[in-house]
Amino acid sequence: MSEPLIFHFDVDGENFTSAGQASTQVKKNLRQLGLSPDIIRRVSIAMYEGEINMVIHADGGTADVGVTEEYVEIVLKDHGPGIPNVEQAMQEGFSTATDTIRSLGFGAGMGLPNMKRYTDSMEIDTVVGVGTTITMRVNL
Amino acid sequence: MKVKELPAHGFEPLALPDGEREIDGVYIGDLLSWVMGRAQMDNAWITIMTNVNVIAVASLADTSCVILAEGVEMPADLVETALEKDINVLRSTQPIYETAIQLAGLIS
Repeated sequence: MSEPLIFHFDVDGENFTSAGQASTQVKKNLRQLGLSPDIIRRVSIAMYEGEINMVIHADGGTADVGVTEEYVEIVLKDHGPGIPNVEQAMQEGFSTATDTIRSLGFGAGMGLPNMKRYTDSMEIDTVVGVGTTITMRVNL
Repeated sequence: MKVKELPAHGFEPLALPDGEREIDGVYIGDLLSWVMGRAQMDNAWITIMTNVNVIAVASLADTSCVILAEGVEMPADLVETALEKDINVLRSTQPIYETAIQLAGLIS
């Protein structure tokens, strides 16, 4: 099998309105690779939710997207506060976002559930006070 | 129907860079993650939310167009970003419910 293609992005934690740049770029890259619109949609939505989470909660982080012949893998890594209760965070509607974030249309408590919904596997590795790494895969 | 046909029915085109797109169904919502979780590809998305993240969500969820209902004002940066990202945005002066009913009649 050939080496996976890797796309690396730094997610700026300061700029809320530019959140989504990495996912939009990934969408373009995957389109150029000829992946199906459904796969591209799932990968880019899952990644966008992750990006938004990193901006809202963790002051940014990094995103790495790898494409192999079998799957697209998204690894999101931050050094934010960590998630104290993952089970609770995975529930639709649970959110710790501020009113300001909510006024922008986010904070619906659908971020992590959407990431799970649109991917074939999702692993959350989180340590309170240290950070969170989320690894998602969408099978091709 | 195609997005470019909407202006003939009273929808004001604010950005129409990809008017050939077909509309298949309608989704209504203002909570962006909710929209990303539930809207289907090619839906016309009716909202009153007008911050720039709307364009990112429309792009990633691959909706055919954004329809701003209730005649809400659209900030200039939204038009600019919509054109940049090839996102169709139209406006209706009607309330959300009436906008949806009109669309339902047009696409059925």
